Amino acid sequence: MTLDSAPDVPRAGFNFDNCRRNAALLQGGFKPPTTTKTGTTIVGIIYKDGVILGADTRATEGPIVSDKNCAKIHYLAKNIYCCGAGTAADTEMTTDLISSQLELHRLNTERQVPVVCANNILKQMLFRYQGHISAALVLGGVDKNGPHIYSIHPHGSSDKLPYATMGSGCLAAMTVFESRWKPDLSEEEGKLLVRDAIASGIFNDLGSGSNVDLCVIRKDSTEYLRNYELANKKGERQIDYRFKKGTSATLHTTIKDLLITEKVQVVPMEVS
Amino acid sequence: MSILAYNGGCVVAMRGKDCVAIATDHRFGVQAQTISTDFKKVFHIAPRMFLGLTGLQTDILTVRDRLMFRKNIYETKENREMAPKPFSAMLSSFLYEHRFGPYFIEPVVAGLDPKTMKPFICNMDLIGCPNEPDDFVVAGTCAEQLYGMCETLWRPDLEPDQLFEVISQSMVNAFDRDAMSGWGATVYIIEKDKITERSLKTRMD
Amino acid sequence: MNSFGIEQFPDYKVPGVQHVDFSPYESNGGSIVAIAGDDFVVIAADTRLSSGYSIHSRDQSKLFEMSSKTVLGSTGCWCDTLSLTGLVKVRMQMYEHTHMKTMTTDAVAQMLSIVMYNRRFFPYYVSNILAGLDKDGKGAVYSYDPIGHCERATYRAGGTAGALLQPVLDNQIGYKNQNLSADQLPPLTKERAVAVASDTFISAAERDIYTGDSVLINIITADGIEERKLQLRKD
Repeated sequence: MTLDSAPDVPRAGFNFDNCRRNAALLQGGFKPPTTTKTGTTIVGIIYKDGVILGADTRATEGPIVSDKNCAKIHYLAKNIYCCGAGTAADTEMTTDLISSQLELHRLNTERQVPVVCANNILKQMLFRYQGHISAALVLGGVDKNGPHIYSIHPHGSSDKLPYATMGSGCLAAMTVFESRWKPDLSEEEGKLLVRDAIASGIFNDLGSGSNVDLCVIRKDSTEYLRNYELANKKGERQIDYRFKKGTSATLHTTIKDLLITEKVQVVPMEVS
Repeated sequence: MSILAYNGGCVVAMRGKDCVAIATDHRFGVQAQTISTDFKKVFHIAPRMFLGLTGLQTDILTVRDRLMFRKNIYETKENREMAPKPFSAMLSSFLYEHRFGPYFIEPVVAGLDPKTMKPFICNMDLIGCPNEPDDFVVAGTCAEQLYGMCETLWRPDLEPDQLFEVISQSMVNAFDRDAMSGWGATVYIIEKDKITERSLKTRMD
Repeated sequence: MNSFGIEQFPDYKVPGVQHVDFSPYESNGGSIVAIAGDDFVVIAADTRLSSGYSIHSRDQSKLFEMSSKTVLGSTGCWCDTLSLTGLVKVRMQMYEHTHMKTMTTDAVAQMLSIVMYNRRFFPYYVSNILAGLDKDGKGAVYSYDPIGHCERATYRAGGTAGALLQPVLDNQIGYKNQNLSADQLPPLTKERAVAVASDTFISAAERDIYTGDSVLINIITADGIEERKLQLRKD
């Protein structure tokens, strides 16, 4: 039944209502606004018992840092995680959407979803949007065929690699992998290598910064190490900027009391 | 000029100890011309939750109305108050629906969770990328100035009185260096048992 | 081919028909803060030199000692900074040889304005702040726009994080918007000026990607120039 009183009940999917208006506005000489980007260094490697994903935690809006500690390693399934670079909203929403599709797929097939399946759904979706969804992803997971790392580009192409990097710090991180990655690294060596690759992105690429996040996926367990290393701390301020009460001049104050007080009052009943 | 700066204005929210504060300026302008000095960009949408919207004024009002509609549907269906976290998740997906034809707004949500009374602050870009830090969030034409002020003045565990001074000083000094915002300001301090609304005395030029 | 709209994609561009515009300017980032007091002046600048998303140097001073009483802080396009400061130094030396005395801060300020206005239609892309002691021994700060407009102030922030820092100085040095009587406000000592300058840089390094690594602080008094260094975030 359609509720005529509620014609605004949202329909699923993208909404293009504002497109013509916005195009007209932009034609009138206004600049399009900037979106939050994850300048980002994201990486993934295969090691002896699985895969390790890594990411920095900085989100930027132009030259300004808009989030100092954002999470760029997204959950897709129990055995699959995905790092995202590019427009922050795109990576967030795309991985959320694919995560729910994978869960439905798992319930339909009653099997653990293979990593190649996540790769296919992701690249098909990105290809369908012809690069307008600017998400550059490093997908990693372990299934019955072993560990896998895929790097997926915004236009929908993907590579299957033993080690991958993406984002503005990809070259800085890749230098570390090219010099030190080898097959069958131990977990400790692998974590150190990924940490060093991310740190190289954090310190040498201005689009990446703050902390190191890691995610280790083994054959039958996963470990999400959020803020594995706090690579950068805020400096100690030298002055205590406490203000005296009344420093800010106010015109008027209204206080709204939210406490509900109940009182029982006895009212004598009229007895005739 | 960016379309987000067409009408001017700014909003900032801060977390304190068991309380949150959100502040707005009062300017509504058309480019450099000031039209009105009593347009508050912060809306009281639930007993302990405020929504601040900066950007293009027509979109501020549209988004507010559409969100209130969705929120009311949620509350009628679920028969409970909407907490700030699900509200901002809803806001985020609402904005992302318009990924390819966005509303030109930058939202800020501040409030206390109705059950746990935990402080919550959140802001987004215009296509709904959520950001939930544990210090402060800013939006509007003087975002850079606000970042500088808040980064210097804010510290953890501010009591409501101190939080008010910090957020007021941050806001007022930031918009004094921005031509598109200012002309008065209002600060809301949300605590467990009360909401204090204070109107600030500022430069009117 | 136009009907497909594929010429927008860089991959399909035909070689030979594309032309890249040469841009003579580049922003190399960095910020400056200067605070003047009664008998001192403090000027601070970060030491990061960058372009785009890459760091060229983590240890490049942006403060130029023009004389024992004058320091010029300059950011923007680094090659313009070098060219401009070189030119100013030469002209100061010529002045010294002609008039047998060192240029005062006020005179340097005026000359810098003229040197920059000489390039009115192909300006030096720099954000300059000049700090020094004037002829009465008082602290002075002069700020400039890229084509040589000069203004004397008591405190000033410039560079990529200028917008972040200026309101902090308004509040903490100018005591703007503080509804207190003068005796309730802390006096502006040398120590306070240095502390506020370094705190503003700590804040700027948090939010501005072009500001970081370390900050150099020059404290100019009648006794000479003292230099201090403070480490900042390196990311």
